Amino acid sequence: MAAKSNVATQKIALHQIFWQFLIVGAISFGGGIVAYLKELLVTRYRWVDTDEFVVMLSISQTMPGLNSVNIAILMGDRLRGALGAWAAAVGLLLPGGIIVMAIGLIYGINSNHPMANDVLGGVAAAAAALLATVTWNLGKRTFMKRKSLALLVLTFVLMSIVKWPLYLVLSTVLPLALFIYRPTQSSQAGKPS
Amino acid sequence: MNAWLQLAGVFSMLSLLAVGGGSAVLPEMQSLLHQHFNFSQTEFVHAYSVGQLAPGPNMLAVLIMGEMIDGIIGALIVALAFFIPSSILCFYAGRLWTRIGDTPWRHSLQQALEPISIGLMCSGVYTIAKESLVNWQSCALALLVGLLLLKTRINPVVLILGAGLVGFLSGYIAS
Repeated sequence: MAAKSNVATQKIALHQIFWQFLIVGAISFGGGIVAYLKELLVTRYRWVDTDEFVVMLSISQTMPGLNSVNIAILMGDRLRGALGAWAAAVGLLLPGGIIVMAIGLIYGINSNHPMANDVLGGVAAAAAALLATVTWNLGKRTFMKRKSLALLVLTFVLMSIVKWPLYLVLSTVLPLALFIYRPTQSSQAGKPS
Repeated sequence: MNAWLQLAGVFSMLSLLAVGGGSAVLPEMQSLLHQHFNFSQTEFVHAYSVGQLAPGPNMLAVLIMGEMIDGIIGALIVALAFFIPSSILCFYAGRLWTRIGDTPWRHSLQQALEPISIGLMCSGVYTIAKESLVNWQSCALALLVGLLLLKTRINPVVLILGAGLVGFLSGYIAS
């Protein structure tokens, strides 16, 4: 009912949104989708500017869900409202979803083959290495600061060693972390505490 | 029917708990799938690992888990349950974000979430690694792949396929 006020300066068609996200969803082998999205949609097509993209990225990281899917939702909404958000997210997930299902089918057929365990053993070792390097690259800054490292280790220990359920880990560590990083006097100068 | 509801329940909860991305919920996903569907750790790690060969978000591997539990319908239920709840939340958060403005608490929340999400990702690494690094050969292979990922720009998919080939050859020579 309410007319959408801040549409993009040049109107981008729904099918264009779907198509561009479909392309990213189909070529982003090996992860790093956020970088692909930035390269294609910010640098090349200028659908949003870098500042807007940075805001979208920080919302995506703050909210639960995959960062890449969240960015697709936010960018689609920014360009064409709710329908744009659907078009972007479905476009991003469709190619990989179909390929992953095919891989699953092949796995299902061959998982009892004697050679399957050897192949999958190698694949799993490499997948572990990939996840570890992604985590290392994202976490470098966090590992280097004492306070954040302490929170990181606490989260890991509660989750993997003490084996608490995730909701309990979050409802314990998040309030603690919010207390540690609470706004300081200087950051809210002028406001009575 | 009951299995469908359980699948939908498990994955929509994981969707809303996935702070800092999908790999943060890997440990919880593994234990819930084991509890509800008697999914073994090996099956879990295999499904996750082969899922890395596809383009797009790495957590699309959840579709393979749904497929292994209840075929195409299982995969569809997992897809909807895992991607829709967090997306709807993010959609409305995005619209509220600018309206709330730049409050100091928003900055605090971002700072507070960073170590938690990296910590959860470390737990995700641990979940995958303890099941996949089972002997010195797999440790050596993972170390080599990790070094290549950090030091070169080879696409990870090529390395994963290469590691599968190494696994095949070592099994072939051993037999």
